[in-house]
Amino acid sequence: MTGDPGKMSCAEFQAQLPELIGSGEDVTAHPHLASCDRCRALLAELETIAEAARQLFPSVEPPDEVWQQIESALKREGE
Amino acid sequence: MPNSSSPTQARNAPRANGGPEPGRTAPKPANPADAEVLTRAQAGDHEAFAQLYSLHKRRIYSLCLRMVGNVAEAEDLTQEAFLQLHRKIATFRGDSAFSTWLHRLAINVVLMQLRKKGLSLISLDEAMEPTPEEGPSRSFGAPDLTLSGAIDRLALERAVADLPTGYRLIFILHDVEGFEHNEIASMLDCSIGNSKSQLHKARLKLRDALRSQKHPEERP
Repeated sequence: MTGDPGKMSCAEFQAQLPELIGSGEDVTAHPHLASCDRCRALLAELETIAEAARQLFPSVEPPDEVWQQIESALKREGE
Repeated sequence: MPNSSSPTQARNAPRANGGPEPGRTAPKPANPADAEVLTRAQAGDHEAFAQLYSLHKRRIYSLCLRMVGNVAEAEDLTQEAFLQLHRKIATFRGDSAFSTWLHRLAINVVLMQLRKKGLSLISLDEAMEPTPEEGPSRSFGAPDLTLSGAIDRLALERAVADLPTGYRLIFILHDVEGFEHNEIASMLDCSIGNSKSQLHKARLKLRDALRSQKHPEERP
């Protein structure tokens, strides 16, 4: 593996990607991306998926019956 | 390539108080009033336990629903999670945030249910270590296949539902629920590095699935 981030291969860059992404740093500024369309596209696609996830599965309240059932069960357990 | 920060940057914040989802805001310190409710609930105060339920029911129910995709089942799992909470609440010592602890408990309830149903994965350990053949394909892809524009929500939901349990859990906890990797590591008893790695694999697998839907001829 090369020591120069700008000269690393796609495989080397992508092997580091989970840690780069999870670090909170701006991955888009990574030197490898300056010359690699594929990895730029990959990062853009992952970004699209992560952004879309925020709109997924809206948070919902459970129906009141769930609490009623919990209370009933707790009463039974307490008897 | 968008100029915005990558997805990928730490942007998530826990909604530890279980209230309405405020989006990805900065973590808030524990509310003293919530801590007092917790203390009373630990002492057996039923009214305080009811308050805890009100504070956390939305997030726990949503997590269950996102994991099993079935309303009746999610209701049963929510009930079971809070019954277990009632039995175990006195053992909470504050080593982690209460919300994290409660999520861990609920996750175990969900995984136990999946185990009973014989679905895909047996244990959390296995859930966290999918076999290589379950993993995403190598990431290389022609840039002209980018998932440009809006992703079809139903397609993404289907793809998430089809993920192996471990990937689905990490993806939901991080990208949908907004937990940080350190919180997920605490919930799942794994390393922060493992959480990052599994999330990345989950996103790659979703990418594979979405690309396959858009371009069936390009199936990996």
